[in-house]
Amino acid sequence: MVESLKMFYTSVGRKLVMALTGLFLFVFLLEHLYGNLLLYKLDVGKAFEEYSAFMAGNLIIRAVEYGLFGGIIIHILDALFITLANRKARPIGYAVSHQSKNSTWYSRNMGLTGSIILFFLIIHLRTFFFPHRFGHPETTMAYDVANAFQTSWYAALYLVSMVLLGSHLNHGIQSAFHTLGRNDMKYRKTLKSVGTILALIIMIGFASFPIVFYFDLFGAATNILAN
Amino acid sequence: MPGVNTHMSFLEMLDVLNDRLVRDGKEPIAFDHDCREGICGMCSMFINGRAHGPLTGTTTCQLHMRFFNDGETVTIEPWRAAAFPVIKDLVVDRTGFEKIMQAGGYVSVNTGNAPDANSIPIEKAKSDEAFDAAACIGCGACVASCKNASAMLFLSAKVSQLALLPQGEPERRERVLNMVKTHDEAGFGNCTNTGACEAECPKGISITHIARLNREYLRASLTK
Repeated sequence: MVESLKMFYTSVGRKLVMALTGLFLFVFLLEHLYGNLLLYKLDVGKAFEEYSAFMAGNLIIRAVEYGLFGGIIIHILDALFITLANRKARPIGYAVSHQSKNSTWYSRNMGLTGSIILFFLIIHLRTFFFPHRFGHPETTMAYDVANAFQTSWYAALYLVSMVLLGSHLNHGIQSAFHTLGRNDMKYRKTLKSVGTILALIIMIGFASFPIVFYFDLFGAATNILAN
Repeated sequence: MPGVNTHMSFLEMLDVLNDRLVRDGKEPIAFDHDCREGICGMCSMFINGRAHGPLTGTTTCQLHMRFFNDGETVTIEPWRAAAFPVIKDLVVDRTGFEKIMQAGGYVSVNTGNAPDANSIPIEKAKSDEAFDAAACIGCGACVASCKNASAMLFLSAKVSQLALLPQGEPERRERVLNMVKTHDEAGFGNCTNTGACEAECPKGISITHIARLNREYLRASLTK
């Protein structure tokens, strides 16, 4: 067992950690998106509030929440460790290098997109998660969401962050399957397409909230804020 | 540069250049080369920002001057990686690859008479895939192109080739563990699946071999 754990210190092992935590975080995003979509029910945020209360009150979910924060921290630390090791692997760079000819921008810039997503995550948690989990706010979560997106810079920040999240996932999902060893010639194109489709679902899904609430499309913001 | 024509290979162009430098009493440019047929993996140059130059599926020796414009400034650099220290000019020390091979890139065979050629049947699909992996010439273009200077494509081609064949079975578990360990110790970086190695490999080695390496590594680690 101890011998098996040693594998996480190697380059392949570190990739495995990245892939497993990444997929775990992706599954959370799907669940999070499902919850958020309840805001579109135009029921003054009732369904969303019930869902939020269930998530906050359920013991198992609370335990998973710790796992989630653990997953985020491990994902970030692993990324830092890999990045530092990779810097050491090429101390002197090329005078001329055309990386765009052999690889995609989103696959080369996982560190950049990941860092911006982390910055976004901190703001996101401060706005919604912390006040409701640890404080006693006078307003509902649904109200806070609809209200926050009335500020143009805040809505824009969300929009940009979600596009970068989409870019991160576009490489991340198919890369995770590749790392877990599931990338045969037979499934290669399918895996890549599935990764892109899933990344698009997450990106469009989450990016829709700032747009819908900012422009008050189909009265979603008025439905919550006016009642 | 005078004296260079479109039929010359890139290495022949360097020969002309060095000839001129020697005639002028200057030091010639040191570069690696051997077969000049695209099969030995010795020539190793980063030309105009790409490993082995602008053509895909080609080694430097098979790159011809007709792919460059007349009067074009060509930037030539050695492979850049901590694991490939520069010896002189364009010559790098690729001992890191040798170390990886010594750690597991072999099969044990019994001494005595040579066994019959067809005594171990291997299915066509597997032998084809093993052959594709075996096409790796160990030039180091994968390391040179990888933004992380990782040798994962080279390593995976060697592990994959032997993992696909029954001859590689006895050392299968130790092979992958030892080769990955040696890869890391030699100072190569971590693979982040950008696919640059596959795009620049002169032999078109696929990154699906890296997926197989990961699979092999996971299995070997968990069955310790």
